[in-house]
Amino acid sequence: MASTIVQLTVNGQDAEFLAKPGTTLLMALRENLGLTAAKRGCAQGTCGTCDVIVDGRVVPSCLIPVETIVGAAVETLEGLADGNALSPLQAAFVEGFATQCGFCTPGMLMSATALLAENPAPTRGDVVRAISGNVCRCTGYEAIVDAILDGAARARAASTAAAD
Amino acid sequence: MPMRLATIDADYFADERDADLQVVGTPAPRADARGHVMGQTQYFEDVHYPGMTHLKMHRSTRHHALIRGVDTAPALEVPGVLRVLTWRDVPNNWYTILRLIGVEPDDEPVLAEDRVLYMGEPICAVVAETEAAAREGASRIRVDYEELPAVFDVEEALRPETIVVNPRHGHNYFTYEGHNCRRIRFGDIEKGFAEADQIFEFTYQSSPIEHAPLETTGCIVKPEADGRLKIHSDTQACYFTLDNTALTLGIPFNRLRVIGGTVGGGFGGKVDVMVEPIACIAAQLTNRPVKYVYSRAEEMQVSSPRAAERIIIKDGVTNDGRILARKITLYVDAGAYSRHSPYGTTKAAAHMPGPYTIPNVWVDAYCVYTNRTPSSAMRGFGVTIADFALESQMDRVAKALGIDPLVMRLQNAYRDGDMKAHRKLVEGAALIEVMQRAAELVEHELPAAYRAMSSTDGRGA
Repeated sequence: MASTIVQLTVNGQDAEFLAKPGTTLLMALRENLGLTAAKRGCAQGTCGTCDVIVDGRVVPSCLIPVETIVGAAVETLEGLADGNALSPLQAAFVEGFATQCGFCTPGMLMSATALLAENPAPTRGDVVRAISGNVCRCTGYEAIVDAILDGAARARAASTAAAD
Repeated sequence: MPMRLATIDADYFADERDADLQVVGTPAPRADARGHVMGQTQYFEDVHYPGMTHLKMHRSTRHHALIRGVDTAPALEVPGVLRVLTWRDVPNNWYTILRLIGVEPDDEPVLAEDRVLYMGEPICAVVAETEAAAREGASRIRVDYEELPAVFDVEEALRPETIVVNPRHGHNYFTYEGHNCRRIRFGDIEKGFAEADQIFEFTYQSSPIEHAPLETTGCIVKPEADGRLKIHSDTQACYFTLDNTALTLGIPFNRLRVIGGTVGGGFGGKVDVMVEPIACIAAQLTNRPVKYVYSRAEEMQVSSPRAAERIIIKDGVTNDGRILARKITLYVDAGAYSRHSPYGTTKAAAHMPGPYTIPNVWVDAYCVYTNRTPSSAMRGFGVTIADFALESQMDRVAKALGIDPLVMRLQNAYRDGDMKAHRKLVEGAALIEVMQRAAELVEHELPAAYRAMSSTDGRGA
């Protein structure tokens, strides 16, 4: 089978590349585009390390054949910071000691980002549900949940300040 | 400005240090956190080289069998397959990881020769242009087995009539200085039992535990122009990897460069040297970069788990809760090969009989070979399961005697000046104070005499 030309918008930039049949979005990001923040943890959609946002929804990129989402807008962890300025969620993760080995962090942050886009003032239960597909084997869930709530508060404060 | 979370009682350390203590209780930012949240931390698999090849393993489908023949030809017919490696391609096929600190014998092959000792043991490595071709090639290899009886139980393994699992040992236990187990002998165990009011014997059994790190075990090896091999690895032990790989390849240590230290979860599961030696050989033979990464299924099935342990504790106690004699028989299921289990078994023996002063102690700790997946390191291995058994025993005995379990622990807790079963004098003990404080925190009422106890009251045995 022939390769396909795939066009995507990745972190706001146009991307175009040649994908062999069966190339997953995860492989395309990591190998075609050199965006390695999304990780391969299980390659079967169960651990959440490869989570990215496609057209506003969090998906496990290891399960998406990239040729099926031509034209989609993809957001990865690489697009979260503004240059060197961390997003409120990223800053909350750093200051709240919400990272340990760091391998789940990209997926956690993308799940959290999608949650806050939909629900800027989540409850603790909302946060737990939002990251229920993201495994942390260092088992640092409490710090992660705290950091997401803190990040949400920081983002709300920033948008209030901007509105003033 | 660093924020102080808790005040430090500097007076407590006054005799030991005159420094102005500032570190404990003051948060320090993690050096790696920014990289983690930016997605910029480079794990081994984030490295890409042009012309990367992929290695996949053909593994044993038997628990215990002789290998009558291996047909690698069907793998070579798969488009994209470059090479199939067998044990004949490994310069020094036999090793044991802790040979670096003098542990003997070399009891494990990099690739199986005439037999397999566990399900999933590596037999042939297939190197291909793509991961899919390597996987397909590995699946097409045919191995002709002659099945042998498999042993899965530690006590069955130690019976004289049971088949020997690992011929390099000649019996199903690791030899400690001429003995079939690690032994502790302190006091007179039979005299202690004779003096006791009651005897309690219970058995504790744990299962193997897989670390299941999010990042699976793997490496990328790149041949360099100067003839060196550059190894990107998620090992937790760069020097174990470097030294063992060089010894297996039969090359000087300075021919290897290990780039590691960034580990996507390890918990002890990445201190064995499972992927680098064969990936290095593949890189040498193809002169191409090689990636060898466990699939999630491989991580679950063949990476070393925490050993299953069986611990039998027999206590002779007085009716008021004093332990006069403790006899422990402990079995660590090493699986088919040593890896870190001989060391783990020593740790388990060193942890006995728990933090208690007992005048008569007898311990036999066996490191046993079976046809299970080889076990190895995991957070506190040798100690964690031992504590589960010891503290469960304390609760059960206290309950049977009708004594508060905490009171019984305080009664038997070691104090400064006590002699431990290993002939080490206790010093700097804080067990009693920690238990008193824990009782306070959970509002557990202790009798006045137990609240007044201290590690330095000289009331130890």
